Amino acid sequence: MNFLATHFNYIVVVILLMAGLFLVFSSGNLIKRMIGLAMFQTSAGLFYISLGKVSGGTAAIAVERGSAEAQALAAQVDPAYAAQRGFEGVIYSNPLPHALILTAIVVGVATLAVGLAIAVRIREAFGSVETSDIEVLSRVEATQPGPQA
Amino acid sequence: MADLLASIGGGFVLIGVALSVLGAFGILKFPDVYTRIHAASITDTAGASLVLLGLCLIAGISLVTLKLVFIWMFVMLTTPVAANALANAAFGSGHKPRIGAFHIMRSDERRQTPRGTDAP
Amino acid sequence: MITLPASINASLMLDIVLLVMLLVVAGAIVRTRSLLAAIILFSIYSLISAVWLVVMDAPDVAFTEAVVGAGISTIVLLGAILLTRGETEKPDWRKLIAPALICASVGGLLIYAAMGLPELGDPASPANAHVGRAYLQRTASDIGVPNMVTAVLASYRGLDTLGETAVIFAAGIGVALMLGFGPRSSLAPPPAQLGDHHVTLRVAAKMLIPLIALFALYVQFHGDLGAGGGFQAGVIMSVAIILHALVFGLRETMAAIPPRVARSIASLGVLIYAGVGIVCMINGGAFLDYDYLFPPEIEAQIPGWILGDDAHAPHWGQHAGILGIEIGVLLTVTATMVTVFYGFAGRTVDDARREARR
Repeated sequence: MNFLATHFNYIVVVILLMAGLFLVFSSGNLIKRMIGLAMFQTSAGLFYISLGKVSGGTAAIAVERGSAEAQALAAQVDPAYAAQRGFEGVIYSNPLPHALILTAIVVGVATLAVGLAIAVRIREAFGSVETSDIEVLSRVEATQPGPQA
Repeated sequence: MADLLASIGGGFVLIGVALSVLGAFGILKFPDVYTRIHAASITDTAGASLVLLGLCLIAGISLVTLKLVFIWMFVMLTTPVAANALANAAFGSGHKPRIGAFHIMRSDERRQTPRGTDAP
Repeated sequence: MITLPASINASLMLDIVLLVMLLVVAGAIVRTRSLLAAIILFSIYSLISAVWLVVMDAPDVAFTEAVVGAGISTIVLLGAILLTRGETEKPDWRKLIAPALICASVGGLLIYAAMGLPELGDPASPANAHVGRAYLQRTASDIGVPNMVTAVLASYRGLDTLGETAVIFAAGIGVALMLGFGPRSSLAPPPAQLGDHHVTLRVAAKMLIPLIALFALYVQFHGDLGAGGGFQAGVIMSVAIILHALVFGLRETMAAIPPRVARSIASLGVLIYAGVGIVCMINGGAFLDYDYLFPPEIEAQIPGWILGDDAHAPHWGQHAGILGIEIGVLLTVTATMVTVFYGFAGRTVDDARREARR
């Protein structure tokens, strides 16, 4: 039971990853597949951020030494814990996963746009975005001369 | 005094949350688009305004209160406009209300075409 | 202030509630057949992820996820279903058995592997105790920027960010090549007349667009001191331009920012980023080593009061280098998102039918 409480994030992230993967595998519609892929990317980002969380921590933005904000943050955590793990009484969360996932999100939407552009061109070429129709049509086209360039 | 204000603020936050839940319930229960837009905008205007008012009371007079006031102004500027745009889109694609009817202005009569034939 | 008993950790409660909401929304996305519903649900998924990211002490990432997921992703997906079809076909349940089995077995293996992961929030975990902690310790002395995420992204890992910016630029060019050329549509709203329904929208948009652009610039230049940076600012700026196109018509926006100009700005952004690195090399350092950005004679002449603090340890090269590359990132991200939007919005249904008939 304690395992569930401490590792809840990872279990949920795995379920979300599998939901996205299931959409990619099973959906016949190309647009739905792209949505599944985008869900997969977002969930992988959630996993990294879960790894970087430090309990009692705050955002990785340095607070002024001795300011009111630093004192308020220091008052919220156990002093011994803060002395061991913190910097001047303030505990920060790990900034490295945040930096990695920040760029990954924007790259994810850019690749989503490329995938959707391919889907739009497939629709224009074959008249449908369902993979079942596209398979039939491409087999039909293979036996005929190609489209006029 | 600050504690009393904080408790009143907490009460406002709870009422705002209850109104938001009512709005969500309304979306499920109401019969057509136009009434559902009413329910959804309750969440954004009444619910969000009361929550922000409660948070202002909890925060006292500080920079946080000023930021909350700006957030309130921004929410008031955008969400009713979004509800208006949604209702316009529903009207333009020909949705007829299921409760009552509306009086079509002469300038709109040619716009009441059946759904789906309005080409972009 | 109202205080909770110490056993209830508010952060953990919020974390669990938000993750359960994400699970429900993900289930709804998998089950629904209407693509419009799936897109709106995906936008809600992104918004809940953004709230969860704030709970996890990641405001920069929350910014980015909120704007990208609830903004650009939704617009691009809606543009795609406008040009294709809005409903999926009913899936044959027999075809779903194999994917479900694969996903269940992979999921089971991953959960088994997750048993070896450190606890949530463990400060002594390998991720948090070595490299992450070193960044926290050394940023103040190496770079002098309060926002440590920006310091890692722009300075310590600047080369990775250059690669990411180039990938975004390449994706923009890819979409432009596939959708951006050929006969353009002239999507323009009808001129304002008596009984016009869109007055409210136009007035609100006129008030909002300059505010959104101003906010984008604020996020850009404040990225060193608080949450923010070039990526968030670029997406917010592109949202302002897209709002203008949605309310006033694509033709107006294309007259203001022609597609050629958008593509040129995108390449200019990557050029500025790489250019900063090359200036560092010319002055004797490594690529993107901002300590060598200014030659020592110039650096000695910069007055200390610019940063507001005479006693501030001078990291002029770092500050200027981060400023320069963030401007490059802003230009590339804005122009790429605008190019992608032009690609999807400018290709009408008529174009699509004409292509299909060829």
